[in-house]
Amino acid sequence: MTRTHRRRIRPGRLVASVIAILVALAWVFPVYWMLNSSLLPNTVLTSTTPRFWPWGGSLDNFAAVFAEGTFWPALGMSLAITLTTVAFCLLFAFLAALAISRFRFRGRASFVLAVLFIQMLPAEGLFIAQYKLMSSLNLLNSVVGVSILYIAAVVPFTIWMLRGFVAGVPMELEEAAMVDGLSRTQAFFRITFPLLAPGLVASGVYAFLQAWNEFTVALVILQKEEYRTLPLWLRGFVQASASRATDWGQVMAASTLVAVPVIIFFLIVQGRLTSGLVAGAVKG
Amino acid sequence: MTVLSPTRQQAVAPEPEPRHRRPSPAPYLLLVPTIAILLLALGYPLAWQFWTSAQKFGLAQQFGRPPQFVGMANYVQLFTDPQTWAVVGRSIAFCLVNAAITVVLGVLIALLMNAVGTLPRLTLQVAMLLAWAMPVIASMTVWIWLFDWHRGVINWLLTAAGLDFTNHNWLEQPLSFYFVATVIVVWMSVPFVAFSVYAGLTQISEEVMEAAALDGASPRQRFFAIVLPMIRPVLMIVALLQVIWDLRVFAQIKMLQDAGAPTASTDLLGTYIYRLGVGASDFGMASALSIFVLVLTVALSFFYVLHLMKEDA
Repeated sequence: MTRTHRRRIRPGRLVASVIAILVALAWVFPVYWMLNSSLLPNTVLTSTTPRFWPWGGSLDNFAAVFAEGTFWPALGMSLAITLTTVAFCLLFAFLAALAISRFRFRGRASFVLAVLFIQMLPAEGLFIAQYKLMSSLNLLNSVVGVSILYIAAVVPFTIWMLRGFVAGVPMELEEAAMVDGLSRTQAFFRITFPLLAPGLVASGVYAFLQAWNEFTVALVILQKEEYRTLPLWLRGFVQASASRATDWGQVMAASTLVAVPVIIFFLIVQGRLTSGLVAGAVKG
Repeated sequence: MTVLSPTRQQAVAPEPEPRHRRPSPAPYLLLVPTIAILLLALGYPLAWQFWTSAQKFGLAQQFGRPPQFVGMANYVQLFTDPQTWAVVGRSIAFCLVNAAITVVLGVLIALLMNAVGTLPRLTLQVAMLLAWAMPVIASMTVWIWLFDWHRGVINWLLTAAGLDFTNHNWLEQPLSFYFVATVIVVWMSVPFVAFSVYAGLTQISEEVMEAAALDGASPRQRFFAIVLPMIRPVLMIVALLQVIWDLRVFAQIKMLQDAGAPTASTDLLGTYIYRLGVGASDFGMASALSIFVLVLTVALSFFYVLHLMKEDA
């Protein structure tokens, strides 16, 4: 922090500022390069000297991606799976968060413990068994199959996030409403629920990001080309790049299309997400 | 608040709050959907996996032959195979190296955020947020394009700097493959560490730092005697999370392999399980290795979960 009584910029601080800007540039470069390449025609991208500014660029690559038949089905798959996951995940997590923050009951501590452990389980340690499960249920290559796995993967942390919000609404508010003649259910829906809206939005966006970006489970469960989600669809381009010349302009346009909604949503929940992950480690 | 409206006269005399005393079925009912989906999507596969790891379940069984109970044979076969140990060793080394680099860089960047004025700090924070927000797969495609052997800008820059990197294939050699993977993983992981540590740094009171400076403590001494102890709790948590996360770098490794790297010499745990299970259809062996990964993760997660439980008053 700056010492206010010193007006003159010290050389040390100037150096630090320059380093900060350089680090920022290095970190943002891949994101910039994605946008830059997405605007440039393939003839420029395959020339020997890279062009660092999108001069002479156009939205042609985006038009080509839209015109190519495979983007829309993948978008449809991603949307269907993501929205299903978000809806059920929020509902389930909300009910569970109510249970653990509004009631003291036998088994509560074990449930919380189980939830916390479950959210740490890696998909890589379970996907073979999940593949087998979905194949025996005839749910391979289906929205329902993947959504079931996603809800289970995302619901634990969502409960953990929502629990804080539910606990943050004082019981006294609800009780006051009940003294005034509302039933417990009414008091909940009229008083507590509206106050929980920000928490539901944050958790919903978290679930959205998880489902939208998920790769591992999708790769195993959605093996047919026509059922690919956007991450698998993007992977198809990279796979193709290993064997034949890739139109990197189009790939970067495709990446941009996948990334932009995520970046927007991410900026909404970033604060909540960090504080949920490192809860208590930073005094807030 | 509209609740005071006298027209709603539901309960004439509201019950005097019995819910904390008498056991009520309500909390259990609220947990039913969550428990049901967790049992279906995680519990059942987990049980199946334990069972299958004790069975011979290979290609023949995929085509209908009944699996055969073999006890610990899969585990014995797995852990007497040098290939397994190569994968385990590489995974642990990759995970520790990446976590260490990420935490050190994250702390340095957090210190930098804390040391500079508002404008450079915001610039740095926006850049970090953008990198953090990028979906893994989109990041991977961009990095693969950056490292592209033919037209990648990294080869061009290195060549322009006087080194001959024309048409250099980064993914061919395992060591260079892991270098690329490390650059990418560190790039995507540092923002989380930097923001978390920065949040910790802002809690350190200015007076303490000034007092220490007046007493003649060097910046180095101030860092080790004041700053480090103050950010220790958050540092422990992010380091632990980083280790756990860097053990499960499936998407990153798979995408780099897809871009044209040899798989056998670059597999880490996740991709190796994938190859055993999906590639070779050996569910018995894949299950055994999966169980190993799960046990490792649960052991590593233990302290993190304990820490979170303390928060759950």
